[in-house]
Amino acid sequence: MGDVLLAIEDVHKSFGPVQALRGARLELRKGEIHALAGENGAGKSTLMHVIDGILQPDSGEIRLDGRKVRISSPHEAHRLGIGFVHQEIALCPEISVAENMYMSETNSSPAWFMRYADLNRRAAAVLGELGDIDPAAKAGSLSISQQQIVEIAKALTLDCRILILDEPTAALTEAEAKILFRIMHRLAEKGIAIIYISHRMAEIFAHCDRITVMRDGCHVRTADIAEITQEEVINCMVGRVLSNLYPAKQTEDERSARVILSVRGLCEGRRIFNVGFDLFEGEILGLAGLIGAGRSEIVRGICQLEGRATGEVALCGRRLDLRDYRDSIREGIVYLSEDRKSDGLFLDMSIAANVSALDINLISNGMGLIERRRELARARELGQRLQLRASSVEAPVSSLSGGNQQKVALAKMLSVDPRVIFLDEPTRGVDVGAKAEIHRQLRALAREGVGIVVISSELPELIGISDRVLVVREGRIAGEVRGADMTEERIMHLASIDIGPATARA
Amino acid sequence: MLATQEQQPGTSSAIRRPGWFDTMIRARETGLILIIMTLFCGMSLISPYFLTVENIRAMAMAFAVEGILVVGMTILLISGGIDLSVGSVTALAMVTGGWLFLNGIDPWAAAAMAIGLTMLIGMAMGFLTTVVGLHHFIVSLAVMVIARGVCLLATGGRPLGLYSLPPEFKFIGQGTIRNIPLVIIIFVVVVVAFDLMLRRTTIFRKVFYTGSNPKAAAFSGIRVGRVIFATTTLCSTLCGVAGVIYMARFGSAQPSFGVGMELNVIAAAVIGGASLSGGSGTILGAILGAVLLSMVSSSLALLNVSVYWQDIIRGSILLAAVLFDHYLVRRRR
Repeated sequence: MGDVLLAIEDVHKSFGPVQALRGARLELRKGEIHALAGENGAGKSTLMHVIDGILQPDSGEIRLDGRKVRISSPHEAHRLGIGFVHQEIALCPEISVAENMYMSETNSSPAWFMRYADLNRRAAAVLGELGDIDPAAKAGSLSISQQQIVEIAKALTLDCRILILDEPTAALTEAEAKILFRIMHRLAEKGIAIIYISHRMAEIFAHCDRITVMRDGCHVRTADIAEITQEEVINCMVGRVLSNLYPAKQTEDERSARVILSVRGLCEGRRIFNVGFDLFEGEILGLAGLIGAGRSEIVRGICQLEGRATGEVALCGRRLDLRDYRDSIREGIVYLSEDRKSDGLFLDMSIAANVSALDINLISNGMGLIERRRELARARELGQRLQLRASSVEAPVSSLSGGNQQKVALAKMLSVDPRVIFLDEPTRGVDVGAKAEIHRQLRALAREGVGIVVISSELPELIGISDRVLVVREGRIAGEVRGADMTEERIMHLASIDIGPATARA
Repeated sequence: MLATQEQQPGTSSAIRRPGWFDTMIRARETGLILIIMTLFCGMSLISPYFLTVENIRAMAMAFAVEGILVVGMTILLISGGIDLSVGSVTALAMVTGGWLFLNGIDPWAAAAMAIGLTMLIGMAMGFLTTVVGLHHFIVSLAVMVIARGVCLLATGGRPLGLYSLPPEFKFIGQGTIRNIPLVIIIFVVVVVAFDLMLRRTTIFRKVFYTGSNPKAAAFSGIRVGRVIFATTTLCSTLCGVAGVIYMARFGSAQPSFGVGMELNVIAAAVIGGASLSGGSGTILGAILGAVLLSMVSSSLALLNVSVYWQDIIRGSILLAAVLFDHYLVRRRR
């Protein structure tokens, strides 16, 4: 293991009365991939912002190469060789990849004109190591995973020695994530130290050298990956014992032959081809597949949220004629969006208003007037059921943590007493505790007879909660796995390699 | 293998309900009322003319009709739109009504046709913004210039004298009931009705959802396009109503009436807590914003301050309100 590159000692940072960091510590060695784990709100982001110069610590010491430094701005951080790839992709979609990569240079360069040929050549040199991306292409034309790679390339152009990756795999599928990990290992071999923030234990344990766990702004533990187990890490994170990650699955006796939702011959343009499946009572059905395979398109097509899907949809044996999403909501078929911030929630509105958004007639007195008391009571009741942590249901959703925001999104679905719920990435960016809570709620709903279809790019999660998994590939059902057959290898094979004999069944 | 989780002490998920006092203290309106009351008391002490029935009535008349525009604009702003054409469209309604009357049409029918025209203008703007997908700002900017052009063209740039309007019609703008001007009664009714509807009805709740996050609204089964179409049409139609009231009040139709009024109206809504990015605002707040602006104007006039200072001071109040919001919102996040 290399020398210590960056040492952070006893850093404190407060925002008004809130102590975000209370003695944070981190030691980063040359050429290591160092995982930083903790629940949402544990202070990971604050600590990273201190390293990147966005925030100034109230007290504490930062040493780079053994010398005490003060990182006063992101610009200063760049100068010291610290690169930060943020969770949200922030490329300018209308300009080329190369221009995006060298954006910060235009700040400091004395040249008046852009030298495009030179820029593209230099960008190609950096990109060459990472993947097959054309530096002259517009950033907006790339896939999410390619954009993520451009973000990393952008950080590398700064000649960085420390690279911070904040949940880089949140938007990637397993296959794309693998490419990212290969790149990370190659960079580490060159001596770059990587701080890797993720909620995904499997990834941390497969690819990182050491791990630091934070809780409530404090340093809890730093260990070599080989010397710690996943359970120990999770216990350090939550400060309590989670005896098991996933709730119990459907037992053999519970298996029902009653079909809740039946889909046949679903087609839509060039995105969905002849998709058909049955959803049985009491089961949680998983939808797996690479990003862009058409998982979201299929479920959005079923509830007529987007596009013009054709085909037969039957609810409990009754054929439905859904013309738009409103019809779908009326029938009790609802969809939880994958991106709660952009299209799931009304962030500046109250929790109660969010919960009643799907069907405000439920809280009206029949004359078009809202019954406020009923609205608040409904929100409070659902909030309690989902163990929502909020000061009041009249507080804006933006004041909640990621996990609690997701609970509000879930409460919004539940407020209409749905028959079928489609959940698109229900635990993305949600901390471990809230994640387990959401899983438990889904299982409880399935037991009550609600049909549940879950889309997740995180295979261990999908396998952990589903009774059966359908694999989608290029807009078709590529196969079905269940029971002991539900392994990551099997699903990945169906999703990415070829279409096996299972196709015949679907 | 159930995920058993030890309940943490002190993290009960019971959700508290804040008291009404708490809510009131934090409301934007409370702050505005305090500022208005302070200004009112201060002016009463400084100027002997301020606290007279005539002066208060004059101030109320000054913002009453404009207040109707503020109502329409606030609702449009909440839905995420904006309308720069309110001043011109109000003038157009006046000129249309006046022109039709002078051409022998019954004044009530002329007024109805003028309001109908503004409704059509609103629907056209709604169509261009929701179906075609142009930006509200550009569409309403174009309509603002076109409507003003039509006014000037139809009148040759001269006011139309409408002295022959029947007294029943003039009563709308000039009459009083129990010594209270009818204009103010209309204004109060409009304000109270829309304020309650905005707070209480499901239809207007959809306006908030749409403005707060149009995509999430669409993903909740709300027909976002229709909501914006409706708020755009409502805003223009209220301009028509205001135009007709002005016509009755002045007994004339002035083609250059209401130049720059849109800025005053938007400023009032924003001071009252409406956000240009949609999703927030109240009618009461916006009206208090209008009251504040109007009161500052008349106070400055009473104090013999140059009219040129008035714009500078009103602009500064707007900036202060926006800055206040900016830091308040920032602190909350």
